[in-house]
Amino acid sequence: MSRSRNNGDTGRKPGAEKLSDMSTNSTLGARSHARSQAAEAAFRVPASPDGVADLRWAEAVPAGSYTTRALGRGTRLRLADPDGRSCAHLLMFRADAPWERLNVADTVKVPWQAYLGTGHPLLSDQGRVLATIVADTSGQHDTLCGAGTEVRAKLLLGVHKHGLDARDVAPSVSFFQGVRVGSDGALEFTGSAGAGGAVDLLIHLPVVVVIANGPHPLDPAPATGDLDLLAWRADDQLSTPVSDEPEYLRALLNTESTWAAAHNEGVRA
Amino acid sequence: MSSTQTVTACAPWSAIVPAGHTLQIVDLHGNQAVDTLFWGVTAGRPDPALRYSAQKTVAAQRNIFLTTGSVLRAEDGTALMTIVADEVGNHDTIAGACSKESNTLRYGHHTVHQHACAENFLAEATRWGMSKRDIVSNVNFFMNVPVDADGTLGIVDGLSAPGKSLTLRADIDTLVLVSNCPQINNPCNGFDPTPVQMVISA
Repeated sequence: MSRSRNNGDTGRKPGAEKLSDMSTNSTLGARSHARSQAAEAAFRVPASPDGVADLRWAEAVPAGSYTTRALGRGTRLRLADPDGRSCAHLLMFRADAPWERLNVADTVKVPWQAYLGTGHPLLSDQGRVLATIVADTSGQHDTLCGAGTEVRAKLLLGVHKHGLDARDVAPSVSFFQGVRVGSDGALEFTGSAGAGGAVDLLIHLPVVVVIANGPHPLDPAPATGDLDLLAWRADDQLSTPVSDEPEYLRALLNTESTWAAAHNEGVRA
Repeated sequence: MSSTQTVTACAPWSAIVPAGHTLQIVDLHGNQAVDTLFWGVTAGRPDPALRYSAQKTVAAQRNIFLTTGSVLRAEDGTALMTIVADEVGNHDTIAGACSKESNTLRYGHHTVHQHACAENFLAEATRWGMSKRDIVSNVNFFMNVPVDADGTLGIVDGLSAPGKSLTLRADIDTLVLVSNCPQINNPCNGFDPTPVQMVISA
């Protein structure tokens, strides 16, 4: 479900001049033309999930584009693939310590699992959980191939907007286009799980996410669909681990104790 | 003409291998993981734009294992080095380097003060004017990391043996930065880190 809305507060009055008829040969004319555009434009904003009253972010990212945002601890971030034709490439940094970032190797090695799914932590290079996958209706994701040249260029633009640079465009993970490994190490591209897939990330520490919607490097028919992003507060979920694996619980302990020490808070059980 | 250096157990090492020269890495005592990063060299310095990319390398060859014929690529696809001989069979580039921090997750907090590859990488990268931001997923020569059908992966007993080696040819001038892995909690070093030998030949 999604809705369309206009993004301006200058709704065009009935009978107002059409944009194409407006003159821009004066400052006042150009201003009127600029201010009239939002009222004529339609753009899609992903709808709030059922039961979510406190939406913090709702954005549709078209194929070939990217977005970035700082997200607080306790945010639940949903990446959704409404048409089954997107691929979401993700980089993640600690917002309060951006030299600490997603480490893809540790993210597969520590949980002993190459394929992302519910319960899988996205680990930093400092042994902490930046985010946990707490829901996944797709199951077609990839940690092995990263982003191709065009998508990396978008990720680079995103990291620049947080004062970072090319050195920070480290290995990425991608969602909604799958890859599987054969016993001989060969990669098979398994593609999309179909329309309507979604992945929810619970954010454990303040993070910057940089997300590009673009082709998976092995996709013979590159993705062309929108990627929808929704985020809302879900602080209460931080105290309910979605995995009881020992590596995960130790990562959670590292994360919670770091947060508590820096903020003079009690450690969550 | 060639130069031979021995890297002591648990130590870092680095050198620039000129284009066309080869680097032979000899696993002197068998099953010693050699964690390695690469940068193309511009004007005598490691070039951040020519940093090794495990993901680009894996995607380009559509296979997670490195062996003879594998081209180690920078993030833009530039060929840095090519494996031209391999007496072992496969080498890892998805499992990254051990760190004090990840050791606490994998084995418990009693391991936090043990030495680790991330420490070697940071110390050695500093010598080339680089820092933590420059460090990314590496190659683990002589380390065996299979992926099962359900995605389970792990470092298992190695395929190497005393004296086995592999040889890399530099496709462009390449900085090779190594951590001779000090890990003692898994089979990547046979639970006993040992020296390796580096032979650079024209």
